Amino acid sequence: MTKEKRQIFVFLIFALALLTIPFLLRESYLLNVLVFIGIHTMLAVALNLLLGYAGQISLGHAAFFGIGAYMSGILTARFALDPWLVIILAAVSAAAIAFIIGFPILKLKGHYLAMATLGFGIIFYIIFNETVGWTGGPSGLSGIPNLQIGGIIFDNDMCNYYLVWIITIAVMLLSINLSQSRIGRALRAVHDSEVAARVMGINAWVLKVQIFTISAFISAIAGSLYAHTMTFISPASFGFNFSVELVTMVVVGGLGSIYGSFLGAAILTVLPEFLRVFEDFDIIIYGLMLILITMFMPGGLISGFQLLAQKVNLKTKGK
Amino acid sequence: MIKNIFRMCFISMVIVLFAGTVFAAPPIKIGAILSVTGPASFLGEPERNTALMMVDEINKAGGINGRKIELIVYDTQGDATKAVQAVNRLIKSDKVVAIIGDSTTGNSMAVIPVVEKAEVPIISCAAGVKITDPVKKWVFKTAQNDSLAVMKIFEHMKEKKIKKIAIITVSDGFGASGREQLKLKAADFGIEIVLDETYGPKDTDMTAQLTKIRGSSAQAIVCWGTNPGPAVVARNVKQLGIKMPLFMSHGVSSKKFIELAGEGAEGIILPSGRVIVADQLPGNDLQKKALLSYVNNYRKHYKVEGDHFGGHAWDAIMLIKEAIERGGTTPAAIRDQLEKTKNFAGIGGIFNYSEQDHAGLTKDAFVLVQIKKGEWKLIK
Repeated sequence: MTKEKRQIFVFLIFALALLTIPFLLRESYLLNVLVFIGIHTMLAVALNLLLGYAGQISLGHAAFFGIGAYMSGILTARFALDPWLVIILAAVSAAAIAFIIGFPILKLKGHYLAMATLGFGIIFYIIFNETVGWTGGPSGLSGIPNLQIGGIIFDNDMCNYYLVWIITIAVMLLSINLSQSRIGRALRAVHDSEVAARVMGINAWVLKVQIFTISAFISAIAGSLYAHTMTFISPASFGFNFSVELVTMVVVGGLGSIYGSFLGAAILTVLPEFLRVFEDFDIIIYGLMLILITMFMPGGLISGFQLLAQKVNLKTKGK
Repeated sequence: MIKNIFRMCFISMVIVLFAGTVFAAPPIKIGAILSVTGPASFLGEPERNTALMMVDEINKAGGINGRKIELIVYDTQGDATKAVQAVNRLIKSDKVVAIIGDSTTGNSMAVIPVVEKAEVPIISCAAGVKITDPVKKWVFKTAQNDSLAVMKIFEHMKEKKIKKIAIITVSDGFGASGREQLKLKAADFGIEIVLDETYGPKDTDMTAQLTKIRGSSAQAIVCWGTNPGPAVVARNVKQLGIKMPLFMSHGVSSKKFIELAGEGAEGIILPSGRVIVADQLPGNDLQKKALLSYVNNYRKHYKVEGDHFGGHAWDAIMLIKEAIERGGTTPAAIRDQLEKTKNFAGIGGIFNYSEQDHAGLTKDAFVLVQIKKGEWKLIK
């Protein structure tokens, strides 16, 4: 098989596997966990485009997630606008904000960029908290309707699973495509050496703003879906901690790998559930595992799997 | 190679699935979602300790109608997403018949759609008025509404002929709700708020706001927040030599506050559940028996003083226990019996639930206490 065909094959299996999981799980609460894994995957993929491909850190991505969630929440719960229309509106607004602040912010590099995005995230966290009349403040906004299309209301885990995962799979497909296009190659060039990339005629600054905008767009969609599946949102879900969790997902999963983002999101969402058996020690073990993963698999979990697959291949071929 | 990943993921998911279903045992299962760690741990930790202690005690005494209780506690870390996941797990995998929690208003609101749909009763341990107003069929709560605490303070002020006050509130959920209620109720008691100041949850110096208050025409100060902010306010008030009486909220009615505020705590008046002054209550107080048993038990188990936050969990567990004793163990029966609860003397007050009221308390749930020489003194 050619490389391209193999890629398509792998992706199809991935998508098919995800779409059949609900039949195996049925009424389990795990379906609910998987819905959140889907939303987190979308966010991790969005951040990975920026962090993994373009090499630009953002410690404020929870803000875009929040903008999507609050726009959907407020406009549908308080003004009864059409939810589907609002999702698009929210995504475009978040992208517009990213575009505008992207120009000054993405001139910064390294620690300064981290600081600027951190500040951006905190500003939005404060806005969600303080504009009580709109957002309901710290005690949250409730009464957000479920999405519906035709006769189907997305008010159970099964429906939400398909809603979230079909969009997530689409986002992953687009991202994989993007990463292998001219833009993707240019981004990697910027990542490795911005100076060299500019010498080759790449407008690094504009490129970074573009990818930042796309990233915000996807994050806002994830936010809208989150608001409609939870039907309740509060600012605590969009704070600094969550921004850091997103960066952790991307790094643990594997920088610059779309499947890696899925792995990172899945592990970080599911791991706390597994670790509950250790009771009070769960946080220590959780931290320890993250340290070990970053120490021994600097390319993320995905690289560990690749290594494992290679070894298995060698052994079977050796026989 | 990707196939391998799937295999691993799939296998691990199947393992979890089975791990969840193997332990189907005869005890009555009650779930708890509490913010044991994270920013609201000062609520969640005593609540979890109390709930575990109570279940232990009920089981030692032979359980409910001969059946033991199993309490399944999940820590939600004050995070709404985790709360929703935990509630889903309690309902679908653990198959609990009733749930207590969460500790914060935000998380309690987040899980309401889930329990309403699954039709499992929940007793929240958070104070927000929104939780049970409007009434939701499956949702009850044990923590006293903020409005009741505000009314208790204003009543006292009216007696003492205080007409002009300054308020200083923290900018988080608790402070915002208190501020709203203070402004809403002031006029009813003929009180005017001449100055409305706020501070951030992490601020370490409030002299700027207090200097402004010192120069105003206010006759008293009301501070609304949870530790450590109000302790700073108390110390700053003493440092600035402000002589106006200082009122606090029930958010600081734990020994921790007196420790933090030190000298500054002297003379402060606040509304609180009866638990911190249990031994000073008159003998005919209906709650006295429950309160003393809770206080003594908690001290014996955990070597520290029980506070009224833990009391919310005490009330929730006992309300569920009584409901099961009266009507059986199905979620629907428990809900119906909870709604019929009458004159239940708990830690937070005397509960009377009805179809129109799922909060169940009146302003008598609070008493006013004053801090004198590092101890709580009941104001009669």
